Amino acid sequence: MIIDINFIGLIIASIMASAVPLILASCGELITERSGVLNLGVEGMMIIGAISGFALMTVTGSLIIAIFGAMLAGVLISTIFAFLTQTLITNHVATGLALTIFGIGISAMIGKNFVGIPGKEFPVLFEALKDTMPLLGPILFGHSIVFYFAFALPFITSYFLKKTKIGLIVRAVGDSPESASNQGINVRLVRYACILYGGAMSGLAGAYLSMIYTPQWIENMTGGRGWIALALVVFSTWNPIKILIGAMIFGGLTIIQFHMQAIGVRIPVQFLTALPYIVTIIVLVVISRDSRKIRLSTPSSLGKSFHKDN
Amino acid sequence: MIKIVKRDQPSRAIFFFTPVLAIFLTLVAGGLIFFILGFKPFEALKFFFIVPIADKYGFSELLLKATPLCLIAIGLSFCFKSNNWNIGAEGQLTFGAIVSGGVALLFYEQEGFYILPIVILAGAIGGMLYASIPAILKTYFNTNEILVSLMLVYVSKLILDYLVVGPWSNPEGFNFPETRQFSDSAKLPLLFEGLRIHAGIFLALAAVVISWFVFYKTYLGFQMKVSGFSLKTAKYAGYKGKKMIILVFLISGACAGLAGVGEITGPIGQLHREISPDYGFTAIIVAFLGRLHPVGIIFASLVVAITYLGAETAQIFMQIPKYTGQVFQGMILFFLLASDYLLFFKIKFIGSKK
Repeated sequence: MIIDINFIGLIIASIMASAVPLILASCGELITERSGVLNLGVEGMMIIGAISGFALMTVTGSLIIAIFGAMLAGVLISTIFAFLTQTLITNHVATGLALTIFGIGISAMIGKNFVGIPGKEFPVLFEALKDTMPLLGPILFGHSIVFYFAFALPFITSYFLKKTKIGLIVRAVGDSPESASNQGINVRLVRYACILYGGAMSGLAGAYLSMIYTPQWIENMTGGRGWIALALVVFSTWNPIKILIGAMIFGGLTIIQFHMQAIGVRIPVQFLTALPYIVTIIVLVVISRDSRKIRLSTPSSLGKSFHKDN
Repeated sequence: MIKIVKRDQPSRAIFFFTPVLAIFLTLVAGGLIFFILGFKPFEALKFFFIVPIADKYGFSELLLKATPLCLIAIGLSFCFKSNNWNIGAEGQLTFGAIVSGGVALLFYEQEGFYILPIVILAGAIGGMLYASIPAILKTYFNTNEILVSLMLVYVSKLILDYLVVGPWSNPEGFNFPETRQFSDSAKLPLLFEGLRIHAGIFLALAAVVISWFVFYKTYLGFQMKVSGFSLKTAKYAGYKGKKMIILVFLISGACAGLAGVGEITGPIGQLHREISPDYGFTAIIVAFLGRLHPVGIIFASLVVAITYLGAETAQIFMQIPKYTGQVFQGMILFFLLASDYLLFFKIKFIGSKK
């Protein structure tokens, strides 16, 4: 059997495409968690982003409004979470779960009128360069702008956390809110900002799904990707570059399913679909086994409320 | 002027008042949403919360839906009280149903008084087995139980799907994704002629009584409470943390598994694709709304069960999408968490004196 080298390129490109929503949502959640906040509502924020993007695209016809609208929707819904956890000092886990349940309900409610409507074609960049190089052509060129942004994001995030002053403040707030507060940093404000940023990225991840990856609205179309994004943050031990690796592995698992079915491998389809979830568990076990490493890399105040008595 | 003061001690009266406040606020917000959607708010709320339970049949349906919610929430309260975040009850329910359904299918042509107890027990064991995975991974491999238990929900639903489409599908079922009907001996008896409410409700009530006894009358209950307040204190006191973690997971898995048994051996009597409308997730809200207290959970399960029925009624009569139920459930939890602020903080109105 001769395997076309461009075919391999196409497979790699499709793996990268399915990694995009995971990278976006994980990098957003990573910033939130680095500030000490555990937001389990990623799945809910993502699905809100998905329906907002699709609905705005259908109603206004403008892709730009739709993309930014989806991010804004993510920001708005995460504001609820921020207000509850930061101003009313609620439990992060319970509030995040409420956000997910609420988000899935609201999205289905809004989405009722958008089921079955075909999506629009999203413009791709450098289409012409695709055939200029074997293998690398399909990998590097002919993708949407969101795709390129997603693959730049881990590096931007890493730079932001390590090299910028604001990044340092975010880390300080996450590692020791008390000392940060004593240094005159407004812990609550920083955490608000990080939560809203996480919401924007989850919203964008959702919009990518409903507008670019599979351009249509299906109920519950995030299908647990928000939870896998949360797992990826643990997998990365809060290092953005490793999110890239993790997201590629999970993207690979998703794509392999399709190809195994196409080749006609006689494994039940349900087993292949379950694979990403099972692998997530195995990976989590392997990563977490080294409890010291986890303890050293976890933001010290993760999931703990901070209240400054005034 | 308004001033916010921290309370010296959380207020006990407010502890039981805030769930009522949360329900009230949810109704107000719900009315607002209906108004935005273009319905008359009061009429919509009436269709949502009163019409569905106005007759005997509706009330039976309410109990039918409240039963699994109550059972699962009771189990979850063991976990939540001791700071273990088992959010995969939906998976434990599904796996419990798979195991008990498998056992029931073994007996599909047989009758006998011994079948039902075996089927029920199988469900509890199935739920326990499935809950033991996050518990063991948490205790021995330091793995986050939230993510593991959640991932297992997806896996369990796919296992169920595989079984009812593939090896367990009814050979005479024209390829419908469902198993054979269980024999009558493997079904929970219906309590009243013409109503769907079944004997599963007694399982829930038994769980309520047992959990009350364990929480307030046993050493285990005390240990759970201490671990819930502070894991450090629990360690100083020399509690065997690992054993307790596994135990609370097993208890909540068993409860969820039993809820699964109720779903398949109750009115339906077979395994099929969708055995639970996310009872396992909704029960998390029930547990919190009931303040992790057995009696509170009974009331909470009834309140939340209405959102299921209301969503169905509203869909039929007003074409309001049925997901409004989930929106209401999310809002209840939001408002409950928000009003907990009053537990720890007092809002004082200070009049400006001239």
